[in-house]
Amino acid sequence: MDRLMGPAVPSPFWLLAELTYQCPLHCAFCYNPINYDSVRNELTTGEWVDVLRQARALGAVQLGFSGGEPLLRDDLEELVREARRLGFYSNLITSGVGLTEPRIAALKEAGLDHIQLSFQDSTRELNDFLSSTKTFELKRKVAKLIKQYDYPMVMNCVLHRFNLPHVGAIIDMALALEAEYLELANTQYYGWAMKNRAQLMPTLAQVRTAEAVVADYRARIGDRCKLLFVVPDYFEDRPKACMSGWGAVFLGVAPDGVALPCHNARDLPGLDLPNVREMPLAEIWRDSPAFNAYRGDDWMQEPCRSCDEKARDLGGCRCQAFMLAGDAAATDPVCAKSPRRGAVDQVIAFAARPRAPKTIEQPIVFRSNANSRSLA
Amino acid sequence: MSEPILPANFPATPSISRRFRLQWEEAQQCHVLLYPEGMVKLNGSAGEILLCCDGATCVDGIVEKLEAKFQATGLRADIEGLLAHAFGQKWIV
Repeated sequence: MDRLMGPAVPSPFWLLAELTYQCPLHCAFCYNPINYDSVRNELTTGEWVDVLRQARALGAVQLGFSGGEPLLRDDLEELVREARRLGFYSNLITSGVGLTEPRIAALKEAGLDHIQLSFQDSTRELNDFLSSTKTFELKRKVAKLIKQYDYPMVMNCVLHRFNLPHVGAIIDMALALEAEYLELANTQYYGWAMKNRAQLMPTLAQVRTAEAVVADYRARIGDRCKLLFVVPDYFEDRPKACMSGWGAVFLGVAPDGVALPCHNARDLPGLDLPNVREMPLAEIWRDSPAFNAYRGDDWMQEPCRSCDEKARDLGGCRCQAFMLAGDAAATDPVCAKSPRRGAVDQVIAFAARPRAPKTIEQPIVFRSNANSRSLA
Repeated sequence: MSEPILPANFPATPSISRRFRLQWEEAQQCHVLLYPEGMVKLNGSAGEILLCCDGATCVDGIVEKLEAKFQATGLRADIEGLLAHAFGQKWIV
């Protein structure tokens, strides 16, 4: 009854299909859950086709195939074909590992619209170190294949204290590979990245310098390549409207069918996440307690509740509130108005502590099946 | 003479850029342009005009087609205004 009286729930815009958590890379900043290796029982081809049909009927139009590495699923071409038939705009979010010429040709033929290729750095050394693989040359080859098959190419590079000083060289690499967009994505501290936060967190000076370099390139290169650079929110005094609002545009489905209102909802306590194997997607989206938990602003506490900016940032990120303030319904501690802002400032101050060059005080924990099992 | 609305380098027979996909969205009840991870919602007239950008029809042809379809006259300025905007946004080439 509440739902009938309340404002209508909008359609999801973006369906993120996380086809598998398995991945040939072992990136230290991966946002996948630490215990990903215990998630087995992946949805079958038929179950994914059903998810795509239901999501399209709900109004979703953008579709991301992600993971893990989605190319590890040998039914990817079949799912892409169904997505195209349904009218989705399909995006493949990949490390490039496994994107051979026969496969890219088959994906093109099946109707894939766009490929987003991740790099870890502009140098082989750091790319291969951060992903704990030897993949740098392979990624450059894949970038050429993407152009050869006339795909718009979005290059994505996750930034942190090790590669922020290389941001100019990373942009040069994107220009050389003729990427149309370059996402310079500052690390979001969830999952494996949170585990490695002490090593990955940049200094304020690094962030400001990188920002200036990006601004300088933007002015010089015009519309040759669109540079997306978002300042990591730890360094801002207002949080971001996470997911553009809970249950507003984003619908994620994990490899085992768990439906996610945000990428990291698995790590939030007390959320009874519905599974597409057990509930129709429309019911999950509109009626499930998990998708309504932080929808709108009824759930907000002070200082959000009475804040005149609450419609702009929607209280920020629920996962960050849980990790830093211990309460998923608290104001995101990134906000200067949060009584817990001190926790964020402490992390920033710690990042700027003096240390000998090239030393790593604590080893980085790479994302691997063995580490996942021992840490979970 | 008024200023021409279309730029000098406007294509003779405009078509939708291969970087965008034009389609009807039932949930939005409008035509949309889709691109990597994004969407432009088009109003009714913008949708109708872009549907005519088939790479074979010239601007005069587009005006003729739409004036016939909507049994109206004097649509040229509005149509050219939208085409100029679409060209500036690289929706059409």
